[in-house]
Amino acid sequence: MLTDKDVLYVANLANLKLSEDELTRMAHDLVGILGQMDVLSKVDTTGVAPMSQVLFEDADETASLRADVEREPLGSDLAVANAPITSGGYYKVPRVIEKG
Amino acid sequence: MRTISQIQVGLRAREFSAVEIAREALAHAERQNPSTNAFLSLSHERAIAAAEHVDAQLSAGGELGLLGGVPVAVKDVISTKGLKTTCGSRMLENYIPPYDATAIERLEAAGGVIIGKANCDEFAMGSSNENSAYGPVRNPVDLERVPGGSSGGSAAAVAQGSVPVSLGSDTGGSIRQPASFCGVVGVTPTYGRVSRYGLVAFASSLDHIGPFATNVSDAAALLQVIAGRDQMDATSAPVQVPDYLAALQNTDVRGMKVGVPVEYMRQATGDTAARIQESIQALRDLGCEVRDISLPNTEYAIAAYYIICTAEASANLARYDGVRYTARSKQSGTLHEMYANTRGEFFGPEVKRRIMLGTYVLSHGYYDAYYKKAQQVRALITRDFSNAFAEVDAIVAPVSPFPAFKIGEKVDDPVAMYLSDIYTITGSLAGIPCMSVPCGNTSEGLPVGLQILCGHFEESRMFQLANAFEKHRGNSAVQ
Repeated sequence: MLTDKDVLYVANLANLKLSEDELTRMAHDLVGILGQMDVLSKVDTTGVAPMSQVLFEDADETASLRADVEREPLGSDLAVANAPITSGGYYKVPRVIEKG
Repeated sequence: MRTISQIQVGLRAREFSAVEIAREALAHAERQNPSTNAFLSLSHERAIAAAEHVDAQLSAGGELGLLGGVPVAVKDVISTKGLKTTCGSRMLENYIPPYDATAIERLEAAGGVIIGKANCDEFAMGSSNENSAYGPVRNPVDLERVPGGSSGGSAAAVAQGSVPVSLGSDTGGSIRQPASFCGVVGVTPTYGRVSRYGLVAFASSLDHIGPFATNVSDAAALLQVIAGRDQMDATSAPVQVPDYLAALQNTDVRGMKVGVPVEYMRQATGDTAARIQESIQALRDLGCEVRDISLPNTEYAIAAYYIICTAEASANLARYDGVRYTARSKQSGTLHEMYANTRGEFFGPEVKRRIMLGTYVLSHGYYDAYYKKAQQVRALITRDFSNAFAEVDAIVAPVSPFPAFKIGEKVDDPVAMYLSDIYTITGSLAGIPCMSVPCGNTSEGLPVGLQILCGHFEESRMFQLANAFEKHRGNSAVQ
């Protein structure tokens, strides 16, 4: 059974701040949804390889490499243009390491 | 709204200009928006510039591209350089992509005229378009009802007659289900058929870009333009794109083997089931050999899908942390507080729910029981389809168990909402091409969609069957 403490733990892993109300609602919703997921335990998957992406029978159809050729990058001005706070072409974030 | 070929015939005959068509589409979208909310933004300048370019080419004696002068709406999860791309989220309220998605580049290179960005569920997560931070889209067929989701705005934009075609995205049914709810054609191509470059990622192993249209031929034309290998997306397939429009010339589907999955028909009820049964009879009338088939792992698809897509989403959406993408919480003492507060403030409830579910199923102690198990079941569902396609050329089924539901009817019950995706997520998990084609209305006048599914890269065959069915229905309607 999923407790509020479990939900808080997962929210912390997900870097997600939830209000008290959201936490209660989330616990309720996750219990309902995970209940539906339990149907999978009925399936015999012995020896079945997990499928992590769509692969086609002809290997050539799934080739994933391209030529290693240089291309023009976006450039730092454009790359940071959508950031909330920037300075000199860099992202600005709260201080991580305190001054000694 | 005119079809693509009507627009092109008119342009060549100088009955109207591409600029006039673009202005007409923009004005139509503007007039409809207070009632349907299909568009989040209109791109007047870009549309007129693109249309002027088409007119200039025509005047200089040039050829019209496949989409020359055709107004297009684009779901707001597809990146458009210089045009806001919000993903229906407050997190990206002011986000302006610095580049175009490959599908956008190809669409414009073929003469397509982008008139605006279509509303959608936040980050394409939803089955009703009620999860948009900018208000729900209303179904043009019945304004009290949802248009389906997540590409509800793209479907509504076509259904309300603002544009002949639009682009949507499909992860578990987000093109087919709104197409069926709004009575238009919607196509989810083979995974890898269309480059995902510039499609804001939700669940990378399941995300597809695909077309909406008023008819099969226009949907095929739009797919023709955007399909094909792209070096910017390693999962785009290096498989030649056939001439879909040429394939449509052949309307003889006699002898085509069509399978009807017994697991799907068991649950379909009421008018939806009746319309599907009539469609199956129509396919028999066209000379198809229809037989029952079994896709035995269907009942596990919803569980497998919602584990895999939320797991991938929890990773993909980790990037929205207050550093790079426009939104940042004002309550940001430490770096970690900035991350958590920004995500808590700017994500909506469904996105939070999916991030939480995805984080949970990937977390220590649950990975094997949920995530790995779901991936194994995905392999079994895919195997069901390859077994079926050893016997039949195409599969037909309902798109949704029911027609468009009332706004607010399911929004507070995530489990009920997830269950409504039952018939569309199997095809998504297998990565096969599937589409919805209108097959009639319920007694309340709500559209029903027939789903057609084919093997990997067999879009030509799928279009051929859909086109024959559409023509047959058209003829029946005339009689």
